[in-house]
Amino acid sequence: MDVILLQILNGLDKGSAYALIALGLTLIFGTLGVVNFAHGALFMIGAFCAVTLSRLINLSYVTLDPVKTDFLGNPAKIKTPYVEAWFGPETGAWLIDWSVPLAILFAIPVMIAVGFIMERGLIKHFYKRPHADQILVTFGLAIVLQEVIKYFYGANPIPTPAPELFRGSFDFGVLIGFDPNAIIYPYWRLVYFAFSALVIGAVFAFLRFTTFGMVVRAGMADRETVGLLGIDIDKRFTIMFGIAAAVAGLAGVMYAPINSPNYHMGMDFLVLSFVVVVVGGMGSLPGAVLAGFLLGVLESFASMNWIKDIIPGIDQVIIYLVAIIILLTRPRGLMGKKGVMED
Amino acid sequence: MTKSNFTRRGMLKTGALAGSGLALPTIFTAQSAAAASFTNDPTGSTVTLGFNVPQSGPYADEGADELRAYQLAVEHLNGEGDGGMLSTFSSKVLEGNGILGKKVQFVTGDTQTKSDAARASAKSMIEKDGAVMITGGSSSGVAIAVQGLCQEAGVIFMAGLTHSNDTTGKDKKANGFRHFFNAYMSAAALAPVLAARYGTDRKAYHLTADYTWGWTQEESIASATEALGWSTVNKVRTPLASTDFSSYIAPVLNSGADVLILNHYGGNMVNSLTNAVQFGLRDKMVNNKNFEIIVPLYSRLMARGAGKNVAGILGSTNWHWSLQDAGSKAFVQSFGMRWGFPPSQAAHTVYCQTLLYADAVTRAGSFNPCAVGEALEGYEFDGLGNGKTLYRADDHQCFKDVLVVKGKENPDNEFDLLEVVEVTPAAQVTYAPDHPMFAGGALGECNPGA
Repeated sequence: MDVILLQILNGLDKGSAYALIALGLTLIFGTLGVVNFAHGALFMIGAFCAVTLSRLINLSYVTLDPVKTDFLGNPAKIKTPYVEAWFGPETGAWLIDWSVPLAILFAIPVMIAVGFIMERGLIKHFYKRPHADQILVTFGLAIVLQEVIKYFYGANPIPTPAPELFRGSFDFGVLIGFDPNAIIYPYWRLVYFAFSALVIGAVFAFLRFTTFGMVVRAGMADRETVGLLGIDIDKRFTIMFGIAAAVAGLAGVMYAPINSPNYHMGMDFLVLSFVVVVVGGMGSLPGAVLAGFLLGVLESFASMNWIKDIIPGIDQVIIYLVAIIILLTRPRGLMGKKGVMED
Repeated sequence: MTKSNFTRRGMLKTGALAGSGLALPTIFTAQSAAAASFTNDPTGSTVTLGFNVPQSGPYADEGADELRAYQLAVEHLNGEGDGGMLSTFSSKVLEGNGILGKKVQFVTGDTQTKSDAARASAKSMIEKDGAVMITGGSSSGVAIAVQGLCQEAGVIFMAGLTHSNDTTGKDKKANGFRHFFNAYMSAAALAPVLAARYGTDRKAYHLTADYTWGWTQEESIASATEALGWSTVNKVRTPLASTDFSSYIAPVLNSGADVLILNHYGGNMVNSLTNAVQFGLRDKMVNNKNFEIIVPLYSRLMARGAGKNVAGILGSTNWHWSLQDAGSKAFVQSFGMRWGFPPSQAAHTVYCQTLLYADAVTRAGSFNPCAVGEALEGYEFDGLGNGKTLYRADDHQCFKDVLVVKGKENPDNEFDLLEVVEVTPAAQVTYAPDHPMFAGGALGECNPGA
């Protein structure tokens, strides 16, 4: 039982990342009708916002050590972060330690700007082109973006730890009545899950309870009619592209302490996120979230040893098997609507 | 009194004739091997080497470090720079005038850490650029694929970073040579250290990358630890494309194991180790013992990605820049002055391979791959940073000391991530050529191509 609960927690955590990326993907598809294969790259850029802010906060001046030498026998360099010199050692150390949460504030404007530039600069020219063209151009863009990141940051993963307060793990099992040490879970993964729930809730609330959101929803349902009412729906959809980019970026920022960011991490999530969108139903926001968590949990269960003993290799194909079954039984996905992606 | 008909001049003539008569077959054999036609015989004033490394893909940083070392080796062979390990190398035939008087130039290929791409780039360098030798790589799958291609094409392959037993085991080839150590050697070097530090009553759980290197690493370390008295609780294969290992780590927690062995390399190692530490495995007590994690193959470049999570974790490595022998110091000085940071083990092994190839050509007096192969087979050398080393004729595997390392608790700088805890002598990691873990293949005949 404890193992199953642990895998459910793992699944919810994986599902959080899938859901956040898929939410942005389906938001863009639902508003602009664009199949954005560069969305995984936005997740990756978000993670590198955390890396960048961490490096900026760690910018240091150099003094020479009178005693120690470096590997060439020259005096060793002592690096002192400017923030420690400016704000004192304690505040400076706190800023360095909390660089990932602080990167949320850094990433929001950066990701909205990236989204705007991407949409205005390239993607808007492909609105009336076939989906195949959109897929090709956005996939090409994703490759360009990841190569740009690799050029500046290298190919190796870059460690970006969580604040000291959230490192390590705690006994989750004791909280729900299990024996001590039965369910140990990392703090940061729970933070990630809670953060994802918050962002997903905020996006739904924004769309449901604001006038802007109401217009966007109306535009998603009937773009022409909203346009005939004198509303510049294109402008609002561009803003939604920026918001979708920010959601993917935030997912990336908070994911950085879970696995060290590398230039390829967007591609690792891209295909899975598309499966999530298709399983959830093209253009369905609740469907994307539901499918994200569902596939995350199923993927975790499929990694359990006794299941792998019965069906070897199931952990590698489970998501695609489930996608096939759901699309066979519900061709529009779990919560897809008639008329979306259909001639 | 008898008068002898022997004169000094007569004796010399007879001796010379007899000597040359006895030597005749060897001279003819050697001359015929050297003179025979072979692929990409360099006839001009230059000779071209092909450096096939990952310039894109997940191991691009390791490939970039290999390229730096190759450039340095070429400079040193051509008499430029400070000469690096040429001055410490036990063989003194290389004089800094290229190879056999021909200036060394090179072409590069991008393996992308994909077997098909690596074969295509090696093929292009051989057929279009006239490369007489191919070297490089950061993956066993790639090394085995390119080694096979070089065998077919009739050029020498000097493997780069490849650690699978299969490279010089079931997939060995007469034209292929490996300086880097292998999975068996890692396990043989680690086992006594593990016994001394963690005892002989342990329960190990393996997470293994699901490809050739992972399989041989798992087999080697499991065999070595079981020989110590450890039991193996489970061996779980993880897809190479995995990024989040949490669902593989979770079952470890309640498995009864008190050691986790991560048969992972590169990004897999960074993520699985990070996940294991996040789940509190290092703080756990199981069977009244501290839970331990082992990474059989360490790479400093990759260890950087795992940050502080490597602290205190044991593994093995082929070479480390902190070694204080004359060869290592000369190489670190040369590389550090040229590039501003210390070299990786990947850089070291490819630099050595380039020098060893040049040395073998010079000793053979020919670029003919068969003559070069003969010169490398059974060759003993020193001064290249690993102590006395043998290029064994039976399987073309180098046998030398192996380093057992530990992640540093408090590194002084970004390069100071590993500390050497044991230098395991070559004799302790040497195995019989017909060892079961290396069985199933044969070197075959050398192929000069053309």
